[in-house]
Amino acid sequence: MSTGSNDTPALLDIRDVSKAFGTVQVLRSVSLRVAKGEVVTVIGPSGSGKTTLLRCVNFLESYDSGSIRIDGKEVGFRETGTRQRRSERDLAAMRAETGMVFQSFNLFPHLTAAGNIMLGLTKVRGKSSAEARTIAEHWLGRVGLAHKANSLPAELSGGQQQRVGIARAVAMGPKILLLDEITSALDPELVGEVLEVVRSLAEDGMTMVMVTHEMAFARDASSRIVFMADGGVSAAGPPGEILAADTDNERLRTFLARFRASHF
Amino acid sequence: MGYALNFNLIWRHFDKLWGGLLLSLELAVISIAIGIVIGLVLAVWYVSAGRVVRTIIAAYVEFIRNVPLILLVYLVFYGLPTVVDIAYSAPTSFVATLSLYSGAYLVEVFRSGLEAVPRGQLDAGKAIGLTPWQRLLNVRLPTMLRITLPALSNTFISLFKDTSVASVISVPELTYGAQWINFNTFRIVEVYLVVTAMYLVTGYALLFALRLVERRFRAAR
Repeated sequence: MSTGSNDTPALLDIRDVSKAFGTVQVLRSVSLRVAKGEVVTVIGPSGSGKTTLLRCVNFLESYDSGSIRIDGKEVGFRETGTRQRRSERDLAAMRAETGMVFQSFNLFPHLTAAGNIMLGLTKVRGKSSAEARTIAEHWLGRVGLAHKANSLPAELSGGQQQRVGIARAVAMGPKILLLDEITSALDPELVGEVLEVVRSLAEDGMTMVMVTHEMAFARDASSRIVFMADGGVSAAGPPGEILAADTDNERLRTFLARFRASHF
Repeated sequence: MGYALNFNLIWRHFDKLWGGLLLSLELAVISIAIGIVIGLVLAVWYVSAGRVVRTIIAAYVEFIRNVPLILLVYLVFYGLPTVVDIAYSAPTSFVATLSLYSGAYLVEVFRSGLEAVPRGQLDAGKAIGLTPWQRLLNVRLPTMLRITLPALSNTFISLFKDTSVASVISVPELTYGAQWINFNTFRIVEVYLVVTAMYLVTGYALLFALRLVERRFRAAR
């Protein structure tokens, strides 16, 4: 099955990745190639391995076999072919090349909105705190929160926290942005403001892989949709093709039918 | 036959009590400062170490927690110098004991605090590329300290009261001052009433101040 064209060089190249949690096989030989500037959405029923796959890309989870490369560089293991885990220092450096936004925001509660963004810039990128502050303010402006720079996470709404979460990730200048169900913990009326930010990043050409249940948004914003089921890629293609009600992939049809039934 | 309260003799020797109170506070502050260092180092070591180190740290904690403080004070002050060639003053010996004592309790406080830091925060620290040390210093410890602040205050208040044990090795802290006045004036009721009030007021003042600090930090949860 084609999971991306082979002639364009892939920025993210996931090959035959498998992973088990104990006796449960969560990923079964998953392959996925994402070109620079692409927005790929991963959908699928819960427990299908979407989040785990995303967490493997920045090695928050290790995997048992296969390889994940960003810009040709193996993410979690040394290039010796022995599957030797990289040192913590190397892993940290690799992870700085990917940005991640979490379902539960995961802002640092003791730091202000600006402080959350500045932490990685000063500690990882080695910027002075004045430079970091300027960058933080720029990105807070981009997500519409310039006036909240000095607010603590506890003083922000869910939607605002998540926009800070996005700003924290993109301010690091990552090659690729991973979005893990970033609107699932939000009240419905706050979803729009967060998706609007994602849309504007996509328009800027940010490469993104996102797991979401927002089908309408996935259809509008993605270049490609990947449907996962039982730890494997079951279907992949342009949004119009994947989200068509008459697809001949039975599991996908069932998933979409159930999805429509529960959301309308 | 009634007992007429007479505080005059207490006031005449009040400098003994005032000086004693200041020394009690000093002993408590120095001991908790050292205890915090011991507790932090061992707690961080514990959560990242293997079984052997964990067992040794747990043994230290269990030993301290199951031996009465007064015995520990005797062991360190009278026992240790007879076994090893070491000499120290009674206050130094007591501070060493109380530091080890509070350290053991604080290992437990900090260890559970470290484990209570939400996993998502650590993931976020990893995701922006922080190294393990940077995550510890910038993410885990700040959150842990906020979580453990109330327990830390309580430990400090009990430690302040525990300084009274130093009287058994003649450290001139508050309780020792009371004993001195008692032996020299026989106004036993008066002196212990006054000293009780002094412990009570100081304890409450400390608690009040520490709760204010906690409230300031809680805003950042």
